[in-house]
Amino acid sequence: MIKIDNDNLSAIRSHGEQDYPYECCGLLIGRFDADGTKAVVETYPISNAREESAKRNRFLIEPAELMQGERYAASKKLEVVGFYHSHPESPAVPSQYDLEHAWPTYSYIIVSVRNQKAGDLFSWEQEPDRSKFESERMITSA
Amino acid sequence: MSITIAIPAPLRQFARGQSQIEVEAKTAGEALDVLTSTHADLRRHLFNDQNSLRNFVNVYLNDEDIRHSSGPDTPVKDGDTLMIVPAIAGGAVIEEEVGQTLPELSNEEILRYSRHLIMPEVGMQGQRKLKAASVLMIGTGGLGAPLGMYLAAAGVGRIGIVDFDVVEESNLQRQIIHGSRDLGRRKVESARDRMRDINPHIEIETHESRLTSQNAMGLFRNYDIIVDGTDNFPTRYLVNDACVLSGKPNVYGSIFRFEGQSSVFWAERGACYRCLYPEPPPPGLVPSCAEGGVLGVLPGIVGAIQANETIKIILGAPDILVNRLLLFDAWAMKFREFKLRKDPQCPVCGENPTIKELIDYEEFCGLGAPQTAAVEEKVDEISAIELNARRLRGDNIQIIDVREPHEFEIARIPGTKLIPLNHVVGRMNEIDPEMDTIVHCKGGVRSAKAIEALKRAGFSGKLINLKGGITAWAEDVDPRVAKY
Repeated sequence: MIKIDNDNLSAIRSHGEQDYPYECCGLLIGRFDADGTKAVVETYPISNAREESAKRNRFLIEPAELMQGERYAASKKLEVVGFYHSHPESPAVPSQYDLEHAWPTYSYIIVSVRNQKAGDLFSWEQEPDRSKFESERMITSA
Repeated sequence: MSITIAIPAPLRQFARGQSQIEVEAKTAGEALDVLTSTHADLRRHLFNDQNSLRNFVNVYLNDEDIRHSSGPDTPVKDGDTLMIVPAIAGGAVIEEEVGQTLPELSNEEILRYSRHLIMPEVGMQGQRKLKAASVLMIGTGGLGAPLGMYLAAAGVGRIGIVDFDVVEESNLQRQIIHGSRDLGRRKVESARDRMRDINPHIEIETHESRLTSQNAMGLFRNYDIIVDGTDNFPTRYLVNDACVLSGKPNVYGSIFRFEGQSSVFWAERGACYRCLYPEPPPPGLVPSCAEGGVLGVLPGIVGAIQANETIKIILGAPDILVNRLLLFDAWAMKFREFKLRKDPQCPVCGENPTIKELIDYEEFCGLGAPQTAAVEEKVDEISAIELNARRLRGDNIQIIDVREPHEFEIARIPGTKLIPLNHVVGRMNEIDPEMDTIVHCKGGVRSAKAIEALKRAGFSGKLINLKGGITAWAEDVDPRVAKY
């Protein structure tokens, strides 16, 4: 389960619209609660490190950027709890490629952007045996 | 060595909640093995089914990516920290990553490659990588022969062949990709037919032309790996520079008499040919195989080593010949190895490269028109036909053969005196300076050197070089004289 407020959701949507037709990506920074629930405190946009030709359907967060994000989170006594990215002209469901490049526990929020307008937005979590993504319950607060 | 492995937050549930774990290991790879043998559930998140690190998983040893050191073999010492950091990647459903688009194998192909498939180091994944790969072979001579046949047999999906030559009798002692029935055929066609016969499942592209500074970049662009099977310095530097400029690995091999060399020159990962040999040797110092000879098996061995390394590069194998120069002596039956280092001053792959596009390699190797013309001007020449005419006229001439005695055994021009090149100055008094002296060798190169040496040594008589040597004599005057 992931808790996220409307401001952070709008930030993800507008990042997706802004980077259209390319994929956008970023970190979800917050805390892991004792019961396994994640609470997003802020979003942390990242420049898509893919080269130009691949950006339409790929994103990449370099480990160096992730480490930088981790340090930023630690400075606020928070942690990286997941990632978000956009699927331009594609549904907000994870691809096989997403599955192979993910770890469990993290939340993966995907926003579908069609014709420069953000649409569906879902959060996904990988099964511990890596077999598939399960849709994750999202609790939105104002 | 006792080191600490930092466990990233999402994986801690597979490590009993621990954020760091101490292990004993000598290398980074061993540390991960120890970690995942005690916490088995971690393994599938770090390693794929082929037992290699998942491509989005990065391992840092004290802030340094181990891929920039020796990968899993990177040594660790007491107190080091290993960090596991994911590169987070993902994307929409359109599958275009290489890993996703590897071609499938047909049942026929599975049967054909079964000896590869049952080894985990190759497996289905590796064989599909071979099928997806493309290799450009420069030359289909001694080195290109085993290379082309093994790459074809291994199932490399697309192979390009560059050669401009035709098959000649003297090639068949070592160029086993061609046969007697191919004599006079274009080498690219003869090689293509043999490779197609070995494996009809692959694509073969022939480029019947000399590799030049004008066409090299365009040709290289369409292939993943370039294999250098050439026999001359200008082309070797050309292949090297074009590989550096296009970022491709250059699988190098060379042979002479009984000795061979091989290496993988890959500027992104190590030394290039220029780091090893910044300058070519002076022209004429290192004889070609045509002049110096070569044991027929030697290119078979060296070309097979090149095929081996090419296949390993495609499979992503460790321990390729990068930064390693392998020397092989067939007569002593000894292999030796030298470490190579990337030269920061290298004019093409160094920190401040001065060569940013292909140059004139004939000129670079001292074979350009201006210099050799100057040398040739000083040496008088005669053609085989004119020489025959002078002999028939009964001119007062002497003919000195500067080849080696074993060559004299093979074929000779009647009425000549044998004084091998190395002895020609020492035995100068055996040459009569009162007569015109015609000097000959196999093709005209050594005899020109002999004339220069004699002139420098103060020989006073008239010296004339037989153009084209005994080969021209056999072709133009006396077909009974054997060509070799």
